[in-house]
Amino acid sequence: MDMKSLYLLIALSPLAGAIIAGLFGWAIGRRAAHVVTIAGVAVSAVLSLKVLYGFLNGGAVFNETVYTWLTVGGMEFSVGFLVDSLTALMLVVVTSVSLMVHIYTIGYMSEDPGYQRFFSYISLFTFSMLMLVMSNNFVQLFFGWEAVGLVSYLLIGFWFKRPTATYANLKAFLVNRVGDFGFLLGIGLVLAHFGGSLNYADVFAALPQVKDQTIQIIPGVDWSLMTVTCILLFVGAMGKSAQFPLHVWLPDSMEGPTPISALIHAATMVTAGIFMVSRMSPMFELSDTALNFVMITGSITALFMGFLGIVQNDIKRVVAYSTLSQLGYMTVALGASAYSVAMFHVMTHAFFKALLFLAAGSVIIGMHHEQDMRKMGGLRKYMPITWITSLLGSLALIGTPFFSGFYSKDSIILAVEHSNLAASGFATFAVLAGVFVTAFYSFRMYFLVFHGKERWMDAAHPASHHGDHADEEPDHDHHHGLGPNDKPHESPWVVTLPLVLLAIPSVIIGYFAVGPLVGGDFFNGVIFTNLAAHPGLAAVMPHAEHAFEMGMHAFVTLPFWLALAGVVTAWVFYMKAPQIPAAIKKTFAPVNTLLENKYYLDEIYFAVFAKGSRALGTFFWKICDMLLIDGLIVNGSAKLVGSFSRVVRRLQTGFIYSYATTMIVGVLALITIWFSQLIFG
Amino acid sequence: MLSNLLSLVIWVPIAAGLLVLATGGDQRAVLARWLALAGAALGFLVSLPLFLNFDVLNAGMQFEEMRPWIAALNINYHLGVDGISMLFIVLNSFITLMVVLAGWEVIQKRVAQYMAAFLIMSGLINGAFAALDAILFYVFFEAMLIPMYLIIGVWGGPRRVYASIKFFLYTLLGSLLMLVAFIYLYFAAGKTFSILAFQDLMAIPLNVQILLFIAFFMSFAVKVPMWPVHTWLPDAHVEAPTGGSMVLAAITLKIGAYGFLRFALPILPDASRELAPIIVGLSLVAVVYIGLVALVQTDMKKLVAYSSISHMGFVTLGFFLFAGNELNVWAVEGAIVQMVSHGFVSAAMFFCIGVMYDRVHSRNIADYGGVANKMPIFAAFMVLFAMANSGLPATSGFVGEFMVIMGAVQVNFWVAALAALTLIFGAAYTLWMVKRVIFGEVGNHHVEELKDVNKREFLVLAVLALTVLGMGLYPQAFVDKMHLSVNDLIAHVAQSKL
Repeated sequence: MDMKSLYLLIALSPLAGAIIAGLFGWAIGRRAAHVVTIAGVAVSAVLSLKVLYGFLNGGAVFNETVYTWLTVGGMEFSVGFLVDSLTALMLVVVTSVSLMVHIYTIGYMSEDPGYQRFFSYISLFTFSMLMLVMSNNFVQLFFGWEAVGLVSYLLIGFWFKRPTATYANLKAFLVNRVGDFGFLLGIGLVLAHFGGSLNYADVFAALPQVKDQTIQIIPGVDWSLMTVTCILLFVGAMGKSAQFPLHVWLPDSMEGPTPISALIHAATMVTAGIFMVSRMSPMFELSDTALNFVMITGSITALFMGFLGIVQNDIKRVVAYSTLSQLGYMTVALGASAYSVAMFHVMTHAFFKALLFLAAGSVIIGMHHEQDMRKMGGLRKYMPITWITSLLGSLALIGTPFFSGFYSKDSIILAVEHSNLAASGFATFAVLAGVFVTAFYSFRMYFLVFHGKERWMDAAHPASHHGDHADEEPDHDHHHGLGPNDKPHESPWVVTLPLVLLAIPSVIIGYFAVGPLVGGDFFNGVIFTNLAAHPGLAAVMPHAEHAFEMGMHAFVTLPFWLALAGVVTAWVFYMKAPQIPAAIKKTFAPVNTLLENKYYLDEIYFAVFAKGSRALGTFFWKICDMLLIDGLIVNGSAKLVGSFSRVVRRLQTGFIYSYATTMIVGVLALITIWFSQLIFG
Repeated sequence: MLSNLLSLVIWVPIAAGLLVLATGGDQRAVLARWLALAGAALGFLVSLPLFLNFDVLNAGMQFEEMRPWIAALNINYHLGVDGISMLFIVLNSFITLMVVLAGWEVIQKRVAQYMAAFLIMSGLINGAFAALDAILFYVFFEAMLIPMYLIIGVWGGPRRVYASIKFFLYTLLGSLLMLVAFIYLYFAAGKTFSILAFQDLMAIPLNVQILLFIAFFMSFAVKVPMWPVHTWLPDAHVEAPTGGSMVLAAITLKIGAYGFLRFALPILPDASRELAPIIVGLSLVAVVYIGLVALVQTDMKKLVAYSSISHMGFVTLGFFLFAGNELNVWAVEGAIVQMVSHGFVSAAMFFCIGVMYDRVHSRNIADYGGVANKMPIFAAFMVLFAMANSGLPATSGFVGEFMVIMGAVQVNFWVAALAALTLIFGAAYTLWMVKRVIFGEVGNHHVEELKDVNKREFLVLAVLALTVLGMGLYPQAFVDKMHLSVNDLIAHVAQSKL
């Protein structure tokens, strides 16, 4: 099989599964729907591993056109694949997590009436994400970008009867569109100024000629073209990768079923922005201003979204805010020009965060669709596999030495500490403080769920009671949470198997990957870092070459002790002395209120943008269109004509046919008049 | 046969329409329907060779026909198409087929007349796109108003009289001025009404160009419609039957935009350039202001009508993006793509609304909710078309907007930025409507009783879905046809006539 067919097969086999399950799911039934979609994704996953294996052994970069989508002005714009080491890494991450989520879904969605539809969507998502990462040009990138957004919209609103779900998916789509607004303008600038092509290779080749160009966005003010372009492109990443202030859609996206929270809103789609910036590293390297902007955005997201994770009581929301915070870490790494480190964190995070989400889903099943952690506790006895895998995932997340998350997060911190950008001071503080915060909220969740008192016993509640957020299964699950005589139970094997399979890379992948990905030459010629100008990465590389020493060395560094302090604090607060957090809540009530209301950003956005545009629309419609244009001008002149026509009423027979005749006669009359004037006059 | 192709695409539907009319009253409605379907299918079939046999290497007019008509005034029956007008003839013939299917058993009164009106209108519209003689164009352009006027006035809603008269007065007002312009050009070009001769006129003073431009503008801007002469469209749509709305949005609006391409731009390049900032400004008003107006609509048809105005703003925007003397090729081709795409998408949106209206007899968003529970197949189509309306890549709706925005960035960043706001507004008004109509719990007992689409409706939806996706995935099939004609247009416009 030639490479092109191989790559086509990787991209199209999930699409084939999606089409079969989506269009013919009603005919083929549930079992066939999950078999065909899982088979499609499995084919992609196996072939992706083969591709990655090839690149680990010095495989050749593939860059070819599949078909011409459009020609304009003599330029061809094609659908095409660029497969290099960066793509290969993403292929494996996307297809492997997707495969796990497909399997898990068999168990999680087993009672849902939309079973086939769900499988169709997640396979369609896999296809879209693969098109995004395999693209060799901006147009296809944008296609994949919007297509994953579409599937995200469909999946957040999967339970479309729930008002919260359809509110959340509309919000997600629109906030992402705000990002895409910037992204598309960025692509426009690339097309306009970078040699007239949208192929990555051509654009990068044009960089030496355009790197010092300026552009006047505001007339008379020269800005660097690179800076403006990069920041606009990054605005797209801010939407998709949920960076402050466009992060507001991600927590609400938890309205979707848990498997997609793991796949789309943690492991893959939300990292598309990080991937995109890494792909564009030759461009971002040329603008320190853009990099500073990236770094500050990431820092704010990493720290302030972490704070919000502390006050959540819904298990999925804790993981969601943790995802936001981790996306902030990746973005900070991009700002520090450590693109390879960011991609490394994308990979490790994909595994441990998918694990944490799926484990949270398992807990939710075990608790009969209870998501409030205050009603859990002591679950380790009842759900041993979920417990152990969650613990491993949490340890990876907080950066325990030798776990995968440690290698990627420590590399980020190192790179930021050694960055020479203006923003690096604040960024260093943010990522270090973030370590404590991450450890604290992660183990707060861990202790609340798996340890301590079994609180579901005393939290007996009426069946109609709903938690903070709407319950999961809307259709068939009439009771919510455990009944008085129920006990939590471990989930079926289709749920626990993916947990175990994800736990393995969550623990070990960092140790093996840090060398080649960060220290080595895996990304050579693909990701470009100007080490002389941006020394952050150079500081990490020597450490990364020696994974074991890096792990040992961690015990004498600040991040380790910060993480430990976070875990211990969580233990004291939620296991030993629960009166402390209560007291803190009371003492710092305003801070608590601010956090519980997510800094009031949702309220502000709603008041300003949603209400504002509706008010403006109403004004334009009622005042401008109806009152001024229609009322005054149109109907005014009609009245004038009307009063005239009263005089000639006898001509009005009221039949439309007469109007038509009159019109033709009138036209002819006019022609005659004009002609006679022109000819004789 | 090929030499008379354009006559066939004009007269086959008209003849079919007359034949349908001859079936008489509603006792033979079944016959009228099948005859109309056969006529529309035949009309579409004869239009296909235009697309398939079109020579993409020939920049001139193709399939030309020329016969003297009124010899005394040198008025000719002169037909011909380039890579732009050809697309609209095929689109129109296709939409006519959809419209006949859309009205199938929905229309129960005066079936023959209804079907005949659409068939005759289809032929007249093809005539307007194919005409190369200004008077011939004018006759078709005016004559097609009559069937549309009847469609709204006879099969329309309760305020149909107000709407049809408003529609009529608005459009009539403009076209008279266009006639004046034609007569001036007749003398300037040496007593000919040949549009190509108008285009090749070498010297027209700027003040004359501007006056002529205003005359054309009055006629075409009303048709597009551009702000502020747009208020007839929502009223006409609301009152028109489903088929009327489909043709109105898909085709009739395009004739206005086509007029700019065929007349205003190549005949009056200097005035076009002088007045371009105004047109661009009005187009951006359409995109932004009308986008916001669409957001607050409570009537689905009005919402889609405003959405049409907003999308047509992209068309006029794309036509008038000058960099120096040159039009931007991305923007012009994007605008034409947008015209074709909007033909598919708006027809589909209006058909979707029609499907619901036939069942519930309401266009109010508030009267729905949770339609997906009862009509899952319909809901899937509706979401697809809504996404196309929001300009999602892989649907046709993306291609034109993308190209116009790409062109606009090359000309003026702020114009591009304002135009790109449609990414947000377009999604907001379309998907908010979808949220309230399609999603949610079953809203009331009307929705509870809904039945999913029947085979006929499924066929129309599926065909439209395939075209929307096909054009999104492979726009090259359409764009390839127009390159040389667009280049020719740009060359004409670049040549000053001062």
